[in-house]
Amino acid sequence: MEQIPLEHILLLSAALFSIGVLAVISKRHAVVVLMGIELIFNAANLNLVAFSRHDPALLQGQMFSLFVILVAAAEAAVALAIVLRVYQYFKTANLSEVATQE
Amino acid sequence: MLFYLFAILAILSAAYVVLTRNLLYAGFSLLITLLSIAGIYVLLFADFIAVTQLMVYVGGVLVLILFGIMLSSRVHNKSVLSESVNKVWGTLVAGLLLVGLSYAILKANIASLPWLQNTEIEVLGNQKSTVQSIGIKLMTDFVLPFELASLLLLIALMGAAYVATEKQNA
Repeated sequence: MEQIPLEHILLLSAALFSIGVLAVISKRHAVVVLMGIELIFNAANLNLVAFSRHDPALLQGQMFSLFVILVAAAEAAVALAIVLRVYQYFKTANLSEVATQE
Repeated sequence: MLFYLFAILAILSAAYVVLTRNLLYAGFSLLITLLSIAGIYVLLFADFIAVTQLMVYVGGVLVLILFGIMLSSRVHNKSVLSESVNKVWGTLVAGLLLVGLSYAILKANIASLPWLQNTEIEVLGNQKSTVQSIGIKLMTDFVLPFELASLLLLIALMGAAYVATEKQNA
């Protein structure tokens, strides 16, 4: 089986990271901003796993990406709970409208 | 090649997350992105990470996000939509990031790094999967982060349940 070039994986990860940053900057619904953050996490994980391929004995990249996935799951749970509270309090999940209310 | 199929699928569906205004379409398009990244993990000899990605992201985080969409939008009056702001600046910043990162990656000449050159390409050797070595590492080298992670998950779940609960009288 042919080896995937490392640069191509890194370029894919850079593209996913930029799309995630674009989602975080330009979207106004809080849940879509969370989706952008998940995309950024996945881009970082992809880099870790790609370099871990060259480290077969230690697998440090894969271990690190395992903990990144775990922290991302905890973050998603807490963030969605906060979004639900914000929605109950302000009756909107739109970040611009939340920011302009007092 | 399978990798490029997965890569194109991941980038297209991730772009659709940003481009669409419908929140549910964005959620399901994120599902396709996460699935293709799991496929790429398999191609990178990371089978345990791929299964974890499937179970945690596709099975857990995405269901949470769909719940969040359902509970935080007024579904009955057609508006599960989200408008975009800062389109020009956002595209500019993201495009500059992409160009800068790509330039750095292409200029870095990663294949000639010394520690990458003297590692062998035969990744797993006679070992069939990474599950056994990851399990041994979790119980030896990484036992402290592992226990801390369980503590963190417990605290996060308790905190999420407490925050999301409707208070009777504040």
